[in-house]
Amino acid sequence: MAEPTLPDGYIAHAPGFIANDGPKLITGRFAHEDSFTLERFLATGGYQGLRTALGRAPAEVHAEVREATLLGRGGAGFPAGVKWGFCPEGVWPRYLVVNGDESEPGTYKDRLLMERDPHQLIEGILIACYAVGLSQAFLYVRGEMALAQERLATALDEAYAAGYVGAEICGSNFSVDVVLHWGAGAYIVGEETALIESLEGNRGMPRLKPPYFPAAIGLYGQPTIVNNVETLANLGWILANGADAYKGHGSDASPGTRLFAVSGHVRRPGIYEVEHGVTTFRELFYGDNFCRGIRDGHELKTFIPGGGSAPWFFEEHLDLPLEGRVVGEAGSMLGSGAIVVMDETTDTVKACLRIVQFFARESCGKCSPCREGTGWQEQILQRILNGHGRPSDIDLLLDIGDNISPGPYPVAAFAEQGLDAVSFPPRQTTICPLGPSAVAPIVSTIRRFRHEFEARITRRDPITVAVPVEGVAS
Amino acid sequence: MGFFTPANEKVAADIASRYPRRRSAMIPLLHLAQEQEGWVTGPAMEQIAELTGTTPVEVLGTGSFYEMFKFHPVGRYLVNVCTNISCQLLGADDLLEHVESSLGVRAGSTTADGLFTVEEVECVAACTEAPCFTVNYRYFHRATADLFDEVVADLRTGESPLARGGAADDGPMPEHGTLARNRQRIPIRSRAGVVPPEDVNDPPAWMPTEAAADG
Repeated sequence: MAEPTLPDGYIAHAPGFIANDGPKLITGRFAHEDSFTLERFLATGGYQGLRTALGRAPAEVHAEVREATLLGRGGAGFPAGVKWGFCPEGVWPRYLVVNGDESEPGTYKDRLLMERDPHQLIEGILIACYAVGLSQAFLYVRGEMALAQERLATALDEAYAAGYVGAEICGSNFSVDVVLHWGAGAYIVGEETALIESLEGNRGMPRLKPPYFPAAIGLYGQPTIVNNVETLANLGWILANGADAYKGHGSDASPGTRLFAVSGHVRRPGIYEVEHGVTTFRELFYGDNFCRGIRDGHELKTFIPGGGSAPWFFEEHLDLPLEGRVVGEAGSMLGSGAIVVMDETTDTVKACLRIVQFFARESCGKCSPCREGTGWQEQILQRILNGHGRPSDIDLLLDIGDNISPGPYPVAAFAEQGLDAVSFPPRQTTICPLGPSAVAPIVSTIRRFRHEFEARITRRDPITVAVPVEGVAS
Repeated sequence: MGFFTPANEKVAADIASRYPRRRSAMIPLLHLAQEQEGWVTGPAMEQIAELTGTTPVEVLGTGSFYEMFKFHPVGRYLVNVCTNISCQLLGADDLLEHVESSLGVRAGSTTADGLFTVEEVECVAACTEAPCFTVNYRYFHRATADLFDEVVADLRTGESPLARGGAADDGPMPEHGTLARNRQRIPIRSRAGVVPPEDVNDPPAWMPTEAAADG
């Protein structure tokens, strides 16, 4: 077991966060021990973005956010300003549902934002409600995150008492309640239509598409905006400083900064706020400002660029920038900003099994290909790992994957090996992307490390022990 | 009837009053029931059904979808060991084995003294601080076998181990079922109000009406 040591620059009161050099748009307050209090928030420019917004027409605020090209941070990377525009005209009321159900393997950023700077999130919620005319906001926090719920409950109480939330906010005619709601342990609820089902008091199963966006038909059948915690956390800064200043950070296609949680076999795992679309994986893994290399005496084998659902990347991808479009073209995704680094000691079959096991357990059971397929894949990988694999098992795994996500799996990175390169995301026989997510680690590992699977399978000892059977003459 | 204590009945009514449809209070009320009893009992489901306008079987059907709800008694301390990818890479399997062997139970079961229930769980969002475990949903980062033993020793002697967790959390260890140690309170006079879809057809006060926008 690795010896856990506190790395340099580690701030004990913001566990996981490492204050690297660079702009701090959404983590600026983490340096303060009392970053979660209203007092500190107000002393550091808090609710200025809200006041700016209230001084303008809602449509202007919406235009500012659209202009900033704020990309959604939950996984799909869809521009928030465009998503807001999908609400049908003249249909009221509209609701906001905040997705704080962070559970993608490797992802640790929303919990930090909720625990360390709850008012920043509340400010973002209010700006979104004001801009789009959302009458009530539901803040859905993952059930397991007890401290985050505690901090948000306190922050909301403070904000109500100070007149920042509730009736006639800051003396204006803008009134909205923010209701803190808890989840109860179900990964699938992170899918936005499943989140809405759960909020309506049902089993959290994704809804059939179309409509593709709950902005058309969402909570209680009404237009609903679902935004991720990190997405909303950016709004205060954007309104206070303007879209142009926001676009001064990051790349043209991906402005601003973004939180990346780098975990696994690096020297200094942590959550870093980086220039979106500019920093490369190599800088992030090896830079002095960031992870400072793979742990001593070891080298990189593979890494997951965007959470358990993302196809894996290898050394040849290190120089790609952390930009959704570029990573997508290379056959994977940035997803929820979760990067897991593995060195050469990693048993890929075991790592692959662990991720597939996750999807098998978390499959909601609505679509057969995913419900049955992920379970079969888990069992097959388990028997390969146990030394009982069959020579046909590798093809069987791929075949089951093909039933969930038909056609050649989109790993463009393998084009030079004569394999088909098709764009991400994959085609799917399921309502939501959970099923295809289980296929990602399998196809990635088999394509690159097929020999490791084969070694497990051929190593199987044939049964040579004579079994005595009673009553049979020998 | 009457599972909830009078105090919790008020809390339940307050929670239900925040949603346009009372069925939305299902999960918060299941949490409240679990907070009161440590697990979700039959009478609890009956009362939740009444409060949410559903049937007890719908409450069970919904609640059983979610991992956190227990429909049988569990230990006083629920120990959740994450074994997902980031934790696995840094020794979660060894940690889980230590937890199981030191407490003498397999994941999924409870110690004979009723103190500890052990579960192997999925990613709990502490990946950069792997490996990690939680006790009653309170985090312990960068866990080692020694840290776990210290936490267990604390709990057995009635001390709070939270400060050991490296998760910027301290204070008393809550009972199983209690999530946040405080609850959101929306003062009546500053409420913006619930917005039921059937009662509202117009844009909210601060949105210019389409006619005004055209003019």
